[in-house]
Amino acid sequence: DRHLSRCDTKINVIVHFCDRKDEDDGTEIGEGGDEWMHGKTLIKPPDQLDLTEAELKEEFTRILTANNPHAPQNIVRYSFKERSYKPISSVDQLAVHFFLEGNLLHRDSDEARRQKAKQGLPDEKATVALECDVSFFPQLQAAGGEEAGDVEEGGGEDGAHSVDSKTGKKEQKLTNQFNFSERASQTLNNPLRERGCQTEPPPRASFSATANQWEIYDVYLEEMQKQEKNKEKAKAVPKKEDDKVIYVLAKVAKIIERMVNQNTFDDIAQDFRYFEDASDEFREQEGTLLPLWKFQYDQAKRLSVTALCWNQSYKDLFAVGLGSYDFTKQGRGMLVFYSLKNSTYPEYNYPTTSGILCLDIHPDRPYLVAVGFYDGCVAVYNLKEERPEPVYKSSSKSGKHTDPVWQVRWQKDDMDNHQNFFSVSSDGRVVSWTLVKSELVFTDIIKLSLVGAVSEGPEGVPPPTMACGTSFDFHKQINYLFLVGTEEGKIHKCSKAYSSQFLETYDAHNMAVDAVKWNQFHPKVFISCSSDWTVKIWDHTIRTPVFIFDLNAAVGDVAWSPYSSTVFAAVTADGKVHVFDLGINKYEAICQQPVVAKKKTKLTHIEFNPVYPIIIVGDDRGYVTSLKLSPNLRSKPKEKKGQELPRGPEVEIAKMEKLLSLLREPENSKA
Amino acid sequence: MCAEVEETLKRIQTHKGVIGTIVVNAEGIPIRTTLDNSTTVQYAGLLHQLTMKARSTVRDIDPQNDLTFLRIRSKKHEIMVAPDKEYMLIVIQNPSE
Repeated sequence: DRHLSRCDTKINVIVHFCDRKDEDDGTEIGEGGDEWMHGKTLIKPPDQLDLTEAELKEEFTRILTANNPHAPQNIVRYSFKERSYKPISSVDQLAVHFFLEGNLLHRDSDEARRQKAKQGLPDEKATVALECDVSFFPQLQAAGGEEAGDVEEGGGEDGAHSVDSKTGKKEQKLTNQFNFSERASQTLNNPLRERGCQTEPPPRASFSATANQWEIYDVYLEEMQKQEKNKEKAKAVPKKEDDKVIYVLAKVAKIIERMVNQNTFDDIAQDFRYFEDASDEFREQEGTLLPLWKFQYDQAKRLSVTALCWNQSYKDLFAVGLGSYDFTKQGRGMLVFYSLKNSTYPEYNYPTTSGILCLDIHPDRPYLVAVGFYDGCVAVYNLKEERPEPVYKSSSKSGKHTDPVWQVRWQKDDMDNHQNFFSVSSDGRVVSWTLVKSELVFTDIIKLSLVGAVSEGPEGVPPPTMACGTSFDFHKQINYLFLVGTEEGKIHKCSKAYSSQFLETYDAHNMAVDAVKWNQFHPKVFISCSSDWTVKIWDHTIRTPVFIFDLNAAVGDVAWSPYSSTVFAAVTADGKVHVFDLGINKYEAICQQPVVAKKKTKLTHIEFNPVYPIIIVGDDRGYVTSLKLSPNLRSKPKEKKGQELPRGPEVEIAKMEKLLSLLREPENSKA
Repeated sequence: MCAEVEETLKRIQTHKGVIGTIVVNAEGIPIRTTLDNSTTVQYAGLLHQLTMKARSTVRDIDPQNDLTFLRIRSKKHEIMVAPDKEYMLIVIQNPSE
């Protein structure tokens, strides 16, 4: 019964517990206990399995294995040998439930020994001492006898102590357990004081620079210059150095001025460089002149251009001599240099007391300029020097001319390497001036005497014996040969060697010969022009002119072109420029063009630029106009297909020669 | 000599189309100008840097070479800079006038 009741109660308990599960937490144990005591009917949980008796009695075997239930059972690995996945035969069944890292060391391990060593020897020593004591005691006992034992003991202890001192470790103080007291005392601490001092910081400046290739180069250059200066040991008085900004700006200001001018006259600059008149193809032989820059200087307004000269080394620089041809209007003059790069203001200008009539720039030394004046003086200016006076000037003592000097020309340096030049004047003398140190030394080369029938002057006044030279020109190749044109209209061929005789005289013109010029290529040909409206071309072996051109107005100047032996240009008093090309047209100009605005302006001089296809023309109002030659005026002989065109002076000479031979033939035939 | 340079500067200033001229020293500080202050300072600062850069470029390529001048053409006008060892001259011109 009890059994059953117990079983019942057990079951009841179970049931009740299930009840509690179903209900919420409200029930107290006390109550539960009461319920249990009373006993209740069986209640099944709703999800309990319903099993049959047979099934209930079925036995299930449960095996305990050592396998790890969480270990995977089917790990596969890729086998490269068989090229497929293969299952691993055995899987690790170890399951770690708990892991704790501890800090215990085995006493004999390395780490432990190291620690022991750090902590000190007491542990070891204690053991050693004990060992010693222990070791000695057995010996004592073995030796026998108390005294011996005592001594040995002492020895043993000593031994122990000696071990102590040997190892030298800190030993713990052995304090007396009964009446040990510690005492301490403190000494006076000296008060600490801080002391500092500060100096003035050195002056600092922040510095930055770049180290470039060119900076290094600059420094080297400076060093070199310094060294050179030291070598020279400048004795000269140190120049007054003006710190004014202005001085430094001279160069940059010049550059800027040129740039500004270039901008303003941009179209002219472009024309100068690139414009070629296309319509020349349609005009058969004629050409045109394109006006480019116009040069004028305020202070030279009432003067006329009396001389023009291009600089041979600086092809854009030219010199203008200003003065007056009018006998009554003589006054001051001016020497002005212009550059094509700046047409508004001259590069150099020198005012002179007397009008300039002629000038020449030295071909080798472009800074030397020889000038002839109306009052008969000649002067040499050095452009490199700052002062406005000439470096050399002839005076009445040193043989200056008594009449205006009409032409000057530089010659090659003489044997002493002195520069020298020639001048011709209305007083009939051709004089050679040599620059010796600081003086001009003169030599009369030739005196022009009147040739031909001399009419006696009125009342028996002896006729003037001297002719008035108005122009001259030296032969390009033959050094001693030169031509002189006179006021009487004659041209004399002279030699530097013969001072009294002419080699030849040509009856050239009816009025004064204004210009006479050798051809730049052909050694025999020269050209002359005069106020009698004509321009004549000569062969110096023939006494009569080869060509004569009538230009309908007084011809001021004539010039050969530097690029062709058959091209020349002339300017007339009616403001026109005439350009001739004998190779194209033997009788007429291929270009006749007025170049100045006002018709009353007389053109006085003309010059071809040695390199560029431009000409400059001076007029009697002080203006200089530059003009570009159109292609027709610069024509070269046509190329024959397949043949290379020969260039050079030989060609030009041949061209001219051909022309001349054409003219000579009829003469020969006549003769 | 001094008068000549002064004259040259005056001619530049009165030239056709020139709007203004500025003289700048080696540190980029304007010394002389014909424009108003703010414009001057602006031009001086900017162009100084540009010129230094241009000069550096030229000299890096060949240390024996040096910058002569620099032109900047814009729609409205042209700025021209001529540098020197210690100073720099800037001119602004309207070329089409």
